[in-house]
Amino acid sequence: MSSTSNTSTHHTSTIGAIGAPSRRNTELALLVFAVAIPVFAYANVGLAINDEVPSGLLAYGLGLGLIAGVGHLVVRKFAAYADPLLLPLATLLNGLGLVVIWRLDQSERLQQLAERQYGVFSPSAPNQLMYSAVGLALFVAVLVFLKDHRILQRYTYISMVVAIVLLLLPLVPGVGADVFGAKIWINVAGFSIQPGEFAKIIIAIFFSGYLMVKRDALALASRRFMGLYLPRGRDLGPIITIWAVSLLILIFENDLGTSLLFFGMFVIMLYVATERTSWIVIGLLMSAAGAVGVASFASHVQARVDAWLDPFGCYKTSGACEQIGQSIMSFGSGGVMGTGLGQGNSDLIGFAANSDFIFSTFGEELGLAGVMAILLMYGLIIERGIRTALAARDPFGKLFAVGLSGAFALQIFVVAGGVMGLIPLTGMTMPFLAAGGSSVIANWALVGILIRISDTARRPAPTPASNPDAEMTQVVRP
Amino acid sequence: MSELTLTVMRLGFLAVLWLFVIVAVQVIRSDLFGTRVTQRGSRREAPRQQAAARQTPPPQRQQSAGGRGRRGAPTKLVVSEGTLTGTTVALQGQTITLGRAHDSTIVLDDDYASSRHARIYPDRDGQWIVEDLGSTNGTYLDRTRLTTPTPIPLGAPIRIGKTVIELRK
Repeated sequence: MSSTSNTSTHHTSTIGAIGAPSRRNTELALLVFAVAIPVFAYANVGLAINDEVPSGLLAYGLGLGLIAGVGHLVVRKFAAYADPLLLPLATLLNGLGLVVIWRLDQSERLQQLAERQYGVFSPSAPNQLMYSAVGLALFVAVLVFLKDHRILQRYTYISMVVAIVLLLLPLVPGVGADVFGAKIWINVAGFSIQPGEFAKIIIAIFFSGYLMVKRDALALASRRFMGLYLPRGRDLGPIITIWAVSLLILIFENDLGTSLLFFGMFVIMLYVATERTSWIVIGLLMSAAGAVGVASFASHVQARVDAWLDPFGCYKTSGACEQIGQSIMSFGSGGVMGTGLGQGNSDLIGFAANSDFIFSTFGEELGLAGVMAILLMYGLIIERGIRTALAARDPFGKLFAVGLSGAFALQIFVVAGGVMGLIPLTGMTMPFLAAGGSSVIANWALVGILIRISDTARRPAPTPASNPDAEMTQVVRP
Repeated sequence: MSELTLTVMRLGFLAVLWLFVIVAVQVIRSDLFGTRVTQRGSRREAPRQQAAARQTPPPQRQQSAGGRGRRGAPTKLVVSEGTLTGTTVALQGQTITLGRAHDSTIVLDDDYASSRHARIYPDRDGQWIVEDLGSTNGTYLDRTRLTTPTPIPLGAPIRIGKTVIELRK
């Protein structure tokens, strides 16, 4: 852009691209902030529980700082124009998750519970720090090796197959592991992996590649009926297929969360691709029908619905649902300002307190104010994802970014809604906060892809070569 | 650890958490970029223009001997027809170029416009002048095709291809 236009943009409002700054220094400043907050929280927990600044503070701060620093340097080198907020937000959430997992490791109740159940207690925080490092490694790998997200477009149908295989792996005897009723784990080389978390990203590739090609057929061929554009019968094929697959996941893997996530993600992307509200209506009707249908005969789902409808009722009968009751009481005892880090009793939840129910600990110890701040941080990640989709220049990138942020948003809604008693509990994990390797690793990869797309979207376009024809019409006057 | 310290830390932590959120939102606010399409509907725009005018007094002073201080002088240029309808540009004594070239003040997305089509500038008395820059399809003031730099009456339509712009108070 020439200097004359720069001076004119100074005074006036013009139409035209304004040179986008890379904003890497903003990101660095925010990252320093995002590392400092968890370190403060860590010291706070130590002071509250043991009356002293914890000895691991320096190691923990350095670990988190290293993760943030490496992430920043890689973004600076390989995605210089990426969104400045995604990395700090992810780092902060990951750091806060580590602190609260460490805080729950200190709980004597949970230590005794683990010793009674497994004979030995092993702290989760060191593992989680290691998983975060692995997640960051994957993040780096995405940025280094994925030069252009449009390459993924070539693997549309391969990724469909891979995603389905990943989703079905937990059902394969010998590989799959039935953990507490839900068959969503596989055992590989001594590690438990939740393939659904990775399938979430891979299936987004398939959905965006597929919808990019088919969206015209799905959007244009329709009849108008009662203010809605109804699709033709045969265009219902894809949505019915996805619906059936997610119902199968629900029935055979007993996993409400994953099936909701996949179906919801497809409906969101279908809506974005076609701009037809009717898809949302159809999707909601289908998911309601599916949920009611399955809940009426699958006992696992039935139990969860009962626990949701009457969280305290089952204390009298079985006690199998006490987690939800405890979780709701945690949120209640936190009040507006919370009890303070390390001073709550959310460890009463017992099993899965630091994974599925970690949000209850935030609710109790940080109160409504803290929970709202954390939900806003998630909201900002999602907003940056959608903003990236808006700014992206290619339809595949747009759909991909919308799909990833939509899946992220759905997951947060499903988990937070579950532990707060808004919807039945689904057994998913809060991205970045909850203990669990697969979740942290997959979500770092997700953020890596969003950063890659946002870099492509925000990179200023190369200045077009001056058109020789244009020079003919130019008359230079003194 | 005393109760007081823990309370202070608790509230301090919440404050820091919210500070981060607020800073992040500020970053978003300052990060709006891309095409700066502005001012659809001039009602909300008017106060901001005045504020902008107030913020830059020195150039105005210089101009005030001429057009800027005169009563009835135009203050803005408004696109009233074409794809950019609703766009306004504040007139602050600078030259406004129109054309398809990407560095024009108003970039016309119009097949009938040349890449450097016309310019609008104030002469020494502050009277705004429109000048055709040798465009292929011409610039029209009212119905007449421009051959020489011509003063622009307030509200007179200047037509370039499918785009019509006028100066308003």
